[in-house]
Amino acid sequence: MGQIRIENLSKEYVDRRRQKRSPTSPKTHGRRVRVLDGIHLEFDAGEMVCILGPSGCGKSTMLRIIAGFEQPTAGAVWVDDRRLNRPSPDHIFVFQHSGLLPWMTVSQNVELGIRHMEDEKEKAALIQEFVEMVELEGFENHYPYQLSGGMQRRAELARALAVNPEMMIMDEPFSGLDFLTHMKMREEVVNMHQLIGKTILLVTHDIDDALIMGDRVVVLGGRPANVKLDQRLDFSHPRNFEKDEELGRLREEVFLMLGVSYAV
Amino acid sequence: MRSSKNNWILSSLSFLLLLILWELSAKFSGWNEHVFPGPLQVLKGMMELSSDGTLFRHSVASLYRVTAGFYLAVVLGIPLGILMGRWSWMRMIVNPMIQFLRPISPLAWIPLAMLWFGIGDKPAIFLIFLSSFFPLVVSTTVAVGSINPVFFQVARNFNFSRWETISRIVVPAITPSVITALRITITIAWLVVVAAEMIAVQSGLGYLILDSRNALRMDYVMDGMIIIGFIGLLLDGFMRKLGHIEAALWRTMGRRVG
Ligand SMILES: Nc1ncnc2c1ncn2[C@@H]1O[C@H](COP(=O)(O)OP(=O)(O)OP(=O)(O)O)[C@@H](O)[C@H]1O
Ligand SMILES: [Mg+2]
Repeated sequence: MGQIRIENLSKEYVDRRRQKRSPTSPKTHGRRVRVLDGIHLEFDAGEMVCILGPSGCGKSTMLRIIAGFEQPTAGAVWVDDRRLNRPSPDHIFVFQHSGLLPWMTVSQNVELGIRHMEDEKEKAALIQEFVEMVELEGFENHYPYQLSGGMQRRAELARALAVNPEMMIMDEPFSGLDFLTHMKMREEVVNMHQLIGKTILLVTHDIDDALIMGDRVVVLGGRPANVKLDQRLDFSHPRNFEKDEELGRLREEVFLMLGVSYAV
Repeated sequence: MRSSKNNWILSSLSFLLLLILWELSAKFSGWNEHVFPGPLQVLKGMMELSSDGTLFRHSVASLYRVTAGFYLAVVLGIPLGILMGRWSWMRMIVNPMIQFLRPISPLAWIPLAMLWFGIGDKPAIFLIFLSSFFPLVVSTTVAVGSINPVFFQVARNFNFSRWETISRIVVPAITPSVITALRITITIAWLVVVAAEMIAVQSGLGYLILDSRNALRMDYVMDGMIIIGFIGLLLDGFMRKLGHIEAALWRTMGRRVG
Protein backbone atom coordinates (compact mmCIF):
# COMPACT_ATOMS: atom_id res chain seq x y z
CA MET A 1 0.00 0.00 0.00
CA GLY A 2 1.04 3.57 -0.60
CA GLN A 3 3.39 3.80 -3.53
CA ILE A 4 3.37 7.43 -4.62
CA ARG A 5 3.74 8.42 -8.23
CA ILE A 6 4.14 11.99 -9.40
CA GLU A 7 3.46 11.90 -13.09
CA ASN A 8 4.46 14.59 -15.54
CA LEU A 9 3.45 17.30 -13.09
CA SER A 10 3.41 20.87 -14.38
CA LYS A 11 2.15 24.09 -12.87
CA GLU A 12 1.65 27.48 -14.41
CA TYR A 13 0.62 30.65 -12.63
CA VAL A 14 -1.01 33.58 -14.35
CA ASP A 15 0.85 36.74 -13.56
CA ARG A 16 -2.04 39.19 -13.24
CA ARG A 17 0.09 42.08 -12.11
CA ARG A 18 1.95 42.17 -15.39
CA GLN A 19 -1.30 42.28 -17.31
CA LYS A 20 -2.29 45.67 -15.93
CA ARG A 21 1.14 47.13 -16.43
CA SER A 22 1.47 46.44 -20.13
CA PRO A 23 -0.77 48.75 -22.13
CA THR A 24 0.75 47.47 -25.36
CA SER A 25 -1.03 44.13 -25.13
CA PRO A 26 -4.29 44.96 -23.38
CA LYS A 27 -6.16 41.82 -24.37
CA THR A 28 -3.78 39.15 -23.06
CA HIS A 29 -4.91 37.24 -20.00
CA GLY A 30 -1.70 37.95 -18.16
CA ARG A 31 1.61 36.27 -18.77
CA ARG A 32 1.65 32.63 -17.82
CA VAL A 33 4.61 31.72 -15.68
CA ARG A 34 5.59 28.06 -15.66
CA VAL A 35 6.91 27.07 -12.25
CA LEU A 36 7.04 23.26 -12.46
CA ASP A 37 7.81 21.48 -15.70
CA GLY A 38 7.06 17.80 -16.14
CA ILE A 39 8.11 16.55 -12.72
CA HIS A 40 8.31 12.77 -12.57
CA LEU A 41 9.02 10.99 -9.28
CA GLU A 42 8.18 7.70 -7.60
CA PHE A 43 8.43 6.92 -3.90
CA ASP A 44 7.79 3.78 -1.90
CA ALA A 45 5.48 3.75 1.07
CA GLY A 46 7.30 4.65 4.26
CA GLU A 47 10.15 6.48 2.57
CA MET A 48 11.50 9.71 3.92
CA VAL A 49 12.01 11.90 0.87
CA CYS A 50 13.98 15.11 1.28
CA ILE A 51 13.52 17.73 -1.40
CA LEU A 52 16.12 20.41 -2.05
CA GLY A 53 16.20 23.31 -4.45
CA PRO A 54 17.04 26.99 -4.71
CA SER A 55 14.64 29.49 -3.18
CA GLY A 56 11.65 30.24 -5.36
CA CYS A 57 12.09 27.20 -7.57
CA GLY A 58 8.69 25.74 -6.73
CA LYS A 59 9.21 23.36 -3.81
CA SER A 60 6.29 24.71 -1.82
CA THR A 61 4.17 24.75 -4.95
CA MET A 62 4.85 21.06 -5.55
CA LEU A 63 3.99 20.20 -1.95
CA ARG A 64 0.77 22.23 -2.10
CA ILE A 65 -0.27 20.32 -5.21
CA ILE A 66 0.51 16.97 -3.61
CA ALA A 67 -1.50 18.01 -0.54
CA GLY A 68 -4.39 18.94 -2.81
CA PHE A 69 -4.52 22.62 -1.90
CA GLU A 70 -3.83 23.52 -5.52
CA GLN A 71 -4.53 21.84 -8.83
CA PRO A 72 -1.72 21.11 -11.31
CA THR A 73 -1.85 22.57 -14.80
CA ALA A 74 -0.94 19.16 -16.17
CA GLY A 75 -0.09 15.75 -14.77
CA ALA A 76 -1.27 14.08 -11.59
CA VAL A 77 -0.26 12.60 -8.26
CA TRP A 78 -1.22 8.98 -7.56
CA VAL A 79 -1.16 6.85 -4.44
CA ASP A 80 -1.31 3.33 -5.89
CA ASP A 81 -4.27 3.72 -8.24
CA ARG A 82 -6.00 6.48 -6.35
CA ARG A 83 -5.56 10.00 -7.61
CA LEU A 84 -4.71 12.62 -5.01
CA ASN A 85 -6.55 15.80 -5.84
CA ARG A 86 -8.01 17.18 -2.68
CA PRO A 87 -6.89 17.74 0.91
CA SER A 88 -7.51 14.89 3.29
CA PRO A 89 -6.44 13.83 6.77
CA ASP A 90 -4.59 10.96 5.06
CA HIS A 91 -1.85 13.38 4.09
CA ILE A 92 -1.20 16.06 6.64
CA PHE A 93 0.65 19.22 5.74
CA VAL A 94 3.10 20.79 8.19
CA PHE A 95 3.38 24.43 7.23
CA GLN A 96 6.48 26.44 6.41
CA HIS A 97 5.43 29.00 9.01
CA SER A 98 3.35 27.84 11.93
CA GLY A 99 0.07 26.18 11.01
CA LEU A 100 -1.12 25.90 14.60
CA LEU A 101 -4.44 27.62 15.23
CA PRO A 102 -3.38 30.40 17.61
CA TRP A 103 -6.71 30.53 19.47
CA MET A 104 -6.47 26.89 20.49
CA THR A 105 -4.29 25.35 23.16
CA VAL A 106 -1.75 22.64 22.37
CA SER A 107 -4.15 19.84 23.24
CA GLN A 108 -7.02 21.45 21.31
CA ASN A 109 -4.73 21.67 18.28
CA VAL A 110 -3.65 18.07 18.64
CA GLU A 111 -7.31 17.09 18.94
CA LEU A 112 -8.22 18.55 15.52
CA GLY A 113 -7.49 15.42 13.54
CA ILE A 114 -9.19 13.05 15.99
CA ARG A 115 -12.08 15.27 17.03
CA HIS A 116 -14.68 12.80 15.76
CA MET A 117 -13.52 9.98 18.03
CA GLU A 118 -16.45 8.87 20.11
CA ASP A 119 -14.73 7.56 23.20
CA GLU A 120 -13.67 10.70 25.07
CA LYS A 121 -11.33 8.77 27.35
CA GLU A 122 -9.56 7.11 24.48
CA LYS A 123 -9.26 10.45 22.73
CA ALA A 124 -7.76 12.15 25.77
CA ALA A 125 -5.28 9.30 26.13
CA LEU A 126 -4.28 9.61 22.49
CA ILE A 127 -3.77 13.36 22.82
CA GLN A 128 -1.64 12.76 25.88
CA GLU A 129 0.39 10.10 24.07
CA PHE A 130 1.34 12.41 21.22
CA VAL A 131 1.94 15.41 23.45
CA GLU A 132 4.37 13.25 25.37
CA MET A 133 5.95 11.93 22.20
CA VAL A 134 7.06 15.45 21.30
CA GLU A 135 7.95 16.16 24.93
CA LEU A 136 5.41 18.88 25.54
CA GLU A 137 3.87 17.42 28.69
CA GLY A 138 2.96 20.25 31.03
CA PHE A 139 2.17 22.53 28.10
CA GLU A 140 -1.14 20.97 27.08
CA ASN A 141 -3.11 24.04 28.08
CA HIS A 142 -0.69 26.59 26.69
CA TYR A 143 -1.53 28.67 23.65
CA PRO A 144 0.93 28.76 20.74
CA TYR A 145 2.03 32.29 21.67
CA GLN A 146 3.18 30.92 25.00
CA LEU A 147 5.53 28.42 23.30
CA SER A 148 8.94 28.91 21.75
CA GLY A 149 9.40 28.41 18.03
CA GLY A 150 10.75 24.89 18.46
CA MET A 151 7.93 23.91 20.78
CA GLN A 152 5.40 25.18 18.25
CA ARG A 153 6.94 22.97 15.56
CA ARG A 154 6.79 19.98 17.88
CA ALA A 155 3.17 20.72 18.72
CA GLU A 156 2.36 20.80 15.02
CA LEU A 157 4.17 17.49 14.57
CA ALA A 158 2.09 15.98 17.36
CA ARG A 159 -1.07 17.24 15.68
CA ALA A 160 -0.04 15.66 12.40
CA LEU A 161 0.95 12.35 14.00
CA ALA A 162 -2.26 12.05 16.02
CA VAL A 163 -4.26 11.66 12.80
CA ASN A 164 -2.20 8.62 11.89
CA PRO A 165 -1.85 9.82 8.28
CA GLU A 166 -0.50 7.78 5.41
CA MET A 167 1.85 10.57 4.55
CA MET A 168 3.23 13.73 6.11
CA ILE A 169 4.14 16.69 3.96
CA MET A 170 6.53 19.06 5.68
CA ASP A 171 7.52 22.41 4.22
CA GLU A 172 10.77 23.56 5.81
CA PRO A 173 9.82 22.37 9.28
CA PHE A 174 13.11 23.62 10.73
CA SER A 175 13.25 27.12 9.29
CA GLY A 176 13.57 29.86 11.86
CA LEU A 177 14.86 27.57 14.59
CA ASP A 178 18.15 28.15 16.36
CA PHE A 179 21.02 25.79 15.57
CA LEU A 180 20.67 23.49 18.59
CA THR A 181 16.91 23.17 18.29
CA HIS A 182 17.36 22.47 14.59
CA MET A 183 19.78 19.63 15.33
CA LYS A 184 17.48 18.17 17.98
CA MET A 185 14.40 18.39 15.78
CA ARG A 186 16.34 16.68 12.98
CA GLU A 187 17.08 13.82 15.34
CA GLU A 188 13.50 13.71 16.57
CA VAL A 189 12.07 13.52 13.07
CA VAL A 190 14.48 10.71 12.15
CA ASN A 191 13.57 8.80 15.30
CA MET A 192 9.90 9.38 14.73
CA HIS A 193 10.19 8.18 11.16
CA GLN A 194 11.97 5.01 12.19
CA LEU A 195 9.36 4.45 14.87
CA ILE A 196 6.20 4.86 12.85
CA GLY A 197 7.45 4.41 9.30
CA LYS A 198 5.19 6.96 7.64
CA THR A 199 5.91 8.33 4.22
CA ILE A 200 7.39 11.78 4.73
CA LEU A 201 7.98 14.41 2.08
CA LEU A 202 10.20 17.07 3.56
CA VAL A 203 11.35 20.23 1.85
CA THR A 204 14.42 21.87 3.28
CA HIS A 205 16.99 24.52 2.47
CA ASP A 206 19.62 22.62 4.36
CA ILE A 207 21.64 20.12 2.31
CA ASP A 208 22.88 18.37 5.44
CA ASP A 209 19.28 17.90 6.64
CA ALA A 210 18.46 16.13 3.41
CA LEU A 211 21.52 13.89 3.34
CA ILE A 212 21.39 12.97 7.01
CA MET A 213 17.66 12.34 7.27
CA GLY A 214 16.49 11.15 3.88
CA ASP A 215 15.98 7.68 2.48
CA ARG A 216 16.00 9.54 -0.78
CA VAL A 217 17.12 12.99 -1.80
CA VAL A 218 15.54 14.92 -4.65
CA VAL A 219 17.01 18.11 -6.05
CA LEU A 220 14.75 20.42 -8.03
CA GLY A 221 16.20 23.18 -10.13
CA GLY A 222 15.92 25.33 -13.19
CA ARG A 223 13.25 27.69 -14.33
CA PRO A 224 10.76 26.12 -14.77
CA ALA A 225 11.87 23.51 -12.26
CA ASN A 226 12.40 19.85 -12.97
CA VAL A 227 14.19 17.00 -11.26
CA LYS A 228 17.97 17.47 -11.25
CA LEU A 229 18.79 14.58 -8.95
CA ASP A 230 16.84 11.67 -7.50
CA GLN A 231 19.10 9.51 -5.39
CA ARG A 232 18.49 6.73 -2.87
CA LEU A 233 20.49 7.03 0.34
CA ASP A 234 21.21 3.59 1.79
CA PHE A 235 23.27 4.66 4.76
CA SER A 236 22.55 3.59 8.30
CA HIS A 237 21.64 6.09 11.02
CA PRO A 238 23.26 7.97 12.67
CA ARG A 239 25.02 9.28 9.61
CA ASN A 240 28.25 11.15 9.45
CA PHE A 241 30.00 12.78 6.52
CA GLU A 242 33.47 11.77 7.73
CA LYS A 243 32.49 8.17 8.39
CA ASP A 244 30.60 7.62 5.13
CA GLU A 245 32.95 8.82 2.44
CA GLU A 246 30.38 8.23 -0.22
CA LEU A 247 27.92 10.47 1.61
CA GLY A 248 30.60 13.17 1.81
CA ARG A 249 31.17 12.94 -1.93
CA LEU A 250 27.44 13.18 -2.57
CA ARG A 251 27.29 16.25 -0.36
CA GLU A 252 29.91 17.98 -2.48
CA GLU A 253 28.06 17.03 -5.60
CA VAL A 254 24.77 18.48 -4.31
CA PHE A 255 26.46 21.69 -3.18
CA LEU A 256 27.93 22.14 -6.63
CA MET A 257 24.61 21.30 -8.21
CA LEU A 258 22.98 24.11 -6.22
CA GLY A 259 25.68 26.49 -7.38
CA VAL A 260 27.80 26.66 -4.24
CA SER A 261 31.47 25.75 -4.48
CA TYR A 262 32.69 27.75 -1.51
CA ALA A 263 31.17 25.94 1.49
CA VAL A 264 32.47 22.52 0.51
CA MET B 1 4.50 52.69 41.30
CA ARG B 2 5.56 56.12 42.49
CA SER B 3 5.30 57.71 39.07
CA SER B 4 1.76 56.38 38.58
CA LYS B 5 0.82 57.86 41.94
CA ASN B 6 2.34 61.18 40.92
CA ASN B 7 0.40 61.06 37.67
CA TRP B 8 -2.77 60.56 39.60
CA ILE B 9 -2.11 63.53 41.83
CA LEU B 10 -1.25 65.65 38.82
CA SER B 11 -4.48 64.70 37.05
CA SER B 12 -6.62 65.53 40.08
CA LEU B 13 -4.84 68.86 40.49
CA SER B 14 -5.43 69.85 36.88
CA PHE B 15 -9.06 68.78 37.18
CA LEU B 16 -9.42 70.88 40.31
CA LEU B 17 -7.85 73.83 38.48
CA LEU B 18 -10.38 73.39 35.70
CA LEU B 19 -13.25 73.51 38.20
CA ILE B 20 -11.87 76.68 39.78
CA LEU B 21 -11.44 78.36 36.40
CA TRP B 22 -14.98 77.36 35.52
CA GLU B 23 -16.39 78.78 38.74
CA LEU B 24 -14.44 82.03 38.31
CA SER B 25 -15.42 82.55 34.69
CA ALA B 26 -19.06 81.81 35.56
CA LYS B 27 -18.91 84.43 38.36
CA PHE B 28 -17.29 87.13 36.29
CA SER B 29 -18.70 86.40 32.85
CA GLY B 30 -21.51 88.87 33.41
CA TRP B 31 -24.02 86.27 32.36
CA ASN B 32 -26.94 85.25 34.49
CA GLU B 33 -26.31 82.10 36.53
CA HIS B 34 -29.12 80.41 34.60
CA VAL B 35 -27.27 81.00 31.33
CA PHE B 36 -23.75 80.09 32.48
CA PRO B 37 -23.91 78.24 35.80
CA GLY B 38 -20.77 77.44 37.77
CA PRO B 39 -19.82 73.99 39.04
CA LEU B 40 -21.50 74.48 42.40
CA GLN B 41 -24.77 75.38 40.74
CA VAL B 42 -24.43 72.38 38.45
CA LEU B 43 -23.71 70.11 41.40
CA LYS B 44 -26.82 71.41 43.16
CA GLY B 45 -28.84 70.72 40.01
CA MET B 46 -27.38 67.22 39.92
CA MET B 47 -28.60 66.64 43.49
CA GLU B 48 -32.08 67.83 42.62
CA LEU B 49 -32.26 65.71 39.49
CA SER B 50 -31.05 62.57 41.20
CA SER B 51 -33.09 62.95 44.36
CA ASP B 52 -36.41 62.72 42.54
CA GLY B 53 -35.13 59.94 40.25
CA THR B 54 -35.36 61.98 37.04
CA LEU B 55 -31.72 61.47 36.13
CA PHE B 56 -31.91 57.74 36.71
CA ARG B 57 -35.09 57.39 34.68
CA HIS B 58 -33.64 59.26 31.69
CA SER B 59 -30.36 57.39 31.84
CA VAL B 60 -32.16 54.06 31.85
CA ALA B 61 -34.33 55.15 28.91
CA SER B 62 -31.24 56.09 26.86
CA LEU B 63 -29.34 52.97 27.81
CA TYR B 64 -32.30 50.80 26.91
CA ARG B 65 -32.49 52.30 23.41
CA VAL B 66 -28.76 52.01 22.83
CA THR B 67 -28.73 48.43 24.04
CA ALA B 68 -31.67 47.40 21.89
CA GLY B 69 -30.42 49.08 18.71
CA PHE B 70 -26.84 47.98 19.22
CA TYR B 71 -27.88 44.42 19.98
CA LEU B 72 -29.95 44.24 16.79
CA ALA B 73 -26.99 45.59 14.82
CA VAL B 74 -24.65 42.99 16.33
CA VAL B 75 -27.02 40.09 15.78
CA LEU B 76 -27.67 40.98 12.15
CA GLY B 77 -24.48 42.78 11.16
CA ILE B 78 -21.78 40.35 12.25
CA PRO B 79 -23.31 37.26 10.58
CA LEU B 80 -23.90 39.28 7.41
CA GLY B 81 -20.27 40.43 7.55
CA ILE B 82 -19.11 36.82 7.89
CA LEU B 83 -21.23 35.71 4.93
CA MET B 84 -19.91 38.58 2.85
CA GLY B 85 -16.34 37.86 3.87
CA ARG B 86 -16.63 34.16 3.02
CA TRP B 87 -18.58 34.16 -0.20
CA SER B 88 -17.80 36.57 -2.98
CA TRP B 89 -21.21 36.22 -4.62
CA MET B 90 -22.76 37.40 -1.38
CA ARG B 91 -20.39 40.34 -1.40
CA MET B 92 -21.29 41.17 -4.96
CA ILE B 93 -25.00 41.22 -4.15
CA VAL B 94 -24.96 43.05 -0.84
CA ASN B 95 -21.88 45.25 -0.91
CA PRO B 96 -23.08 47.96 -3.35
CA MET B 97 -26.14 48.54 -1.20
CA ILE B 98 -24.09 48.72 2.00
CA GLN B 99 -21.52 51.03 0.49
CA PHE B 100 -24.26 53.35 -0.75
CA LEU B 101 -26.21 53.52 2.51
CA ARG B 102 -23.17 53.65 4.79
CA PRO B 103 -22.13 57.28 4.28
CA ILE B 104 -25.66 58.60 4.93
CA SER B 105 -25.73 59.99 8.46
CA PRO B 106 -28.25 58.17 10.67
CA LEU B 107 -29.67 61.60 11.52
CA ALA B 108 -30.75 62.01 7.91
CA TRP B 109 -33.08 59.08 8.51
CA ILE B 110 -34.98 60.91 11.27
CA PRO B 111 -37.94 62.02 9.13
CA LEU B 112 -38.41 58.54 7.69
CA ALA B 113 -37.90 56.90 11.06
CA MET B 114 -40.61 59.05 12.62
CA LEU B 115 -42.97 58.43 9.74
CA TRP B 116 -42.44 54.67 9.78
CA PHE B 117 -42.21 54.03 13.51
CA GLY B 118 -44.16 56.92 15.01
CA ILE B 119 -43.29 58.41 18.37
CA GLY B 120 -41.54 56.46 21.13
CA ASP B 121 -38.65 54.08 21.46
CA LYS B 122 -38.85 52.52 18.03
CA PRO B 123 -37.54 55.33 15.83
CA ALA B 124 -34.66 55.96 18.23
CA ILE B 125 -33.80 52.26 18.28
CA PHE B 126 -33.95 52.21 14.49
CA LEU B 127 -31.49 55.12 14.28
CA ILE B 128 -29.10 53.44 16.73
CA PHE B 129 -29.35 50.29 14.68
CA LEU B 130 -28.44 52.15 11.49
CA SER B 131 -25.52 53.89 13.13
CA SER B 132 -24.03 50.59 14.35
CA PHE B 133 -25.06 48.16 11.63
CA PHE B 134 -23.02 49.48 8.70
CA PRO B 135 -19.71 49.91 10.52
CA LEU B 136 -20.09 46.43 12.00
CA VAL B 137 -20.84 44.78 8.66
CA VAL B 138 -17.92 46.49 6.98
CA SER B 139 -15.37 45.76 9.70
CA THR B 140 -16.49 42.14 9.99
CA THR B 141 -16.16 41.66 6.23
CA VAL B 142 -12.69 43.18 6.25
CA ALA B 143 -11.68 41.05 9.25
CA VAL B 144 -12.80 37.84 7.53
CA GLY B 145 -10.96 38.82 4.36
CA SER B 146 -7.70 39.28 6.21
CA ILE B 147 -7.65 35.87 7.92
CA ASN B 148 -4.36 34.09 7.20
CA PRO B 149 -5.12 31.63 4.33
CA VAL B 150 -3.01 28.98 6.07
CA PHE B 151 -5.83 28.57 8.60
CA PHE B 152 -8.27 27.66 5.83
CA GLN B 153 -5.77 25.16 4.44
CA VAL B 154 -5.54 23.60 7.89
CA ALA B 155 -9.34 23.42 7.93
CA ARG B 156 -9.42 21.64 4.56
CA ASN B 157 -6.58 19.35 5.58
CA PHE B 158 -8.49 18.23 8.65
CA ASN B 159 -11.76 17.84 6.74
CA PHE B 160 -13.65 20.63 8.47
CA SER B 161 -17.29 20.94 7.54
CA ARG B 162 -18.51 24.32 6.37
CA TRP B 163 -19.98 24.98 9.79
CA GLU B 164 -16.76 23.97 11.56
CA THR B 165 -14.78 26.31 9.33
CA ILE B 166 -17.02 29.17 10.42
CA SER B 167 -17.21 28.30 14.09
CA ARG B 168 -13.66 27.09 14.70
CA ILE B 169 -11.66 29.21 12.26
CA VAL B 170 -13.55 32.32 11.16
CA VAL B 171 -15.22 33.31 14.43
CA PRO B 172 -12.17 32.99 16.69
CA ALA B 173 -9.92 34.54 14.05
CA ILE B 174 -12.03 37.70 13.74
CA THR B 175 -12.93 38.03 17.42
CA PRO B 176 -10.16 40.51 18.30
CA SER B 177 -10.91 42.87 15.41
CA VAL B 178 -14.66 42.57 15.93
CA ILE B 179 -14.25 43.55 19.57
CA THR B 180 -12.33 46.63 18.47
CA ALA B 181 -15.12 47.42 16.02
CA LEU B 182 -17.73 46.98 18.77
CA ARG B 183 -15.87 49.42 20.91
CA ILE B 184 -15.81 52.09 18.22
CA THR B 185 -19.40 51.41 17.26
CA ILE B 186 -20.89 51.69 20.73
CA THR B 187 -19.32 55.13 20.98
CA ILE B 188 -21.04 56.15 17.74
CA ALA B 189 -24.32 54.67 18.95
CA TRP B 190 -24.09 56.62 22.17
CA LEU B 191 -23.52 59.83 20.21
CA VAL B 192 -26.53 59.12 18.06
CA VAL B 193 -28.98 58.23 20.83
CA VAL B 194 -28.73 61.68 22.36
CA ALA B 195 -29.47 63.32 19.02
CA ALA B 196 -32.33 60.92 18.33
CA GLU B 197 -33.92 61.66 21.70
CA MET B 198 -34.08 65.34 20.94
CA ILE B 199 -36.72 64.65 18.33
CA ALA B 200 -38.98 61.72 18.68
CA VAL B 201 -39.39 60.93 22.36
CA GLN B 202 -40.33 62.27 25.78
CA SER B 203 -37.58 60.61 27.78
CA GLY B 204 -33.87 59.95 27.76
CA LEU B 205 -30.84 62.12 28.35
CA GLY B 206 -31.22 63.86 25.01
CA TYR B 207 -34.78 64.78 25.93
CA LEU B 208 -33.63 65.95 29.37
CA ILE B 209 -31.19 68.36 27.76
CA LEU B 210 -33.73 69.68 25.29
CA ASP B 211 -36.43 70.01 27.95
CA SER B 212 -34.09 71.82 30.33
CA ARG B 213 -33.09 74.22 27.62
CA ASN B 214 -36.74 75.07 27.04
CA ALA B 215 -37.04 75.72 30.78
CA LEU B 216 -33.84 77.81 30.60
CA ARG B 217 -32.15 75.57 33.17
CA MET B 218 -28.60 75.44 31.84
CA ASP B 219 -27.44 73.76 35.03
CA TYR B 220 -29.67 70.80 34.17
CA VAL B 221 -28.36 70.88 30.59
CA MET B 222 -24.85 70.58 31.91
CA ASP B 223 -25.87 67.80 34.28
CA GLY B 224 -27.22 65.91 31.29
CA MET B 225 -23.97 66.44 29.41
CA ILE B 226 -21.90 65.25 32.36
CA ILE B 227 -23.92 62.08 32.73
CA ILE B 228 -23.69 61.42 28.98
CA GLY B 229 -19.92 61.73 29.16
CA PHE B 230 -19.77 59.55 32.22
CA ILE B 231 -21.91 56.75 30.76
CA GLY B 232 -19.93 56.97 27.52
CA LEU B 233 -16.76 56.36 29.50
CA LEU B 234 -18.36 53.39 31.26
CA LEU B 235 -19.48 51.85 27.97
CA ASP B 236 -16.02 52.23 26.50
CA GLY B 237 -14.45 50.76 29.63
CA PHE B 238 -16.79 47.80 29.43
CA MET B 239 -15.88 47.21 25.79
CA ARG B 240 -12.21 47.48 26.61
CA LYS B 241 -12.68 44.79 29.25
CA LEU B 242 -14.17 42.64 26.53
CA GLY B 243 -10.86 42.96 24.67
CA HIS B 244 -9.13 41.17 27.52
CA ILE B 245 -11.25 38.04 27.46
CA GLU B 246 -9.32 34.91 26.66
CA ALA B 247 -10.80 34.52 23.18
CA ALA B 248 -9.29 37.82 22.09
CA LEU B 249 -5.91 37.44 23.74
CA TRP B 250 -4.20 35.27 21.17
CA ARG B 251 -3.56 38.17 18.87
CA THR B 252 -2.34 40.86 21.23
CA MET B 253 -0.21 38.39 23.16
CA GLY B 254 1.06 36.80 19.98
CA ARG B 255 2.19 40.18 18.76
CA ARG B 256 4.00 40.96 21.95
CA VAL B 257 6.01 37.75 21.77
CA GLY B 258 6.55 37.41 18.03
N1 LIG C 1 -0.20 31.99 -6.09
C1 LIG C 1 0.82 32.29 -6.91
N2 LIG C 1 0.63 33.11 -7.97
C2 LIG C 1 1.65 33.41 -8.79
N3 LIG C 1 2.90 32.95 -8.65
C3 LIG C 1 3.16 32.14 -7.62
C4 LIG C 1 2.15 31.77 -6.69
N4 LIG C 1 2.69 30.96 -5.76
C5 LIG C 1 3.99 30.82 -6.09
N5 LIG C 1 4.28 31.54 -7.20
C6 LIG C 1 5.59 31.60 -7.86
O1 LIG C 1 6.07 30.28 -8.00
C7 LIG C 1 7.47 30.24 -7.74
C8 LIG C 1 7.76 29.14 -6.77
O2 LIG C 1 7.23 29.47 -5.49
P1 LIG C 1 7.38 28.50 -4.24
O3 LIG C 1 6.79 29.17 -3.07
O4 LIG C 1 6.87 27.17 -4.63
O5 LIG C 1 8.97 28.44 -4.10
P2 LIG C 1 9.85 27.63 -3.03
O6 LIG C 1 10.74 26.74 -3.78
O7 LIG C 1 9.00 27.02 -1.99
O8 LIG C 1 10.69 28.82 -2.40
P3 LIG C 1 11.25 28.97 -0.90
O9 LIG C 1 12.36 28.00 -0.79
O10 LIG C 1 11.74 30.38 -0.86
O11 LIG C 1 10.13 28.71 0.03
C9 LIG C 1 7.88 31.60 -7.27
O12 LIG C 1 8.59 32.23 -8.32
C10 LIG C 1 6.60 32.34 -7.01
O13 LIG C 1 6.72 33.66 -7.42
MG1 LIG D 1 8.64 27.40 0.11
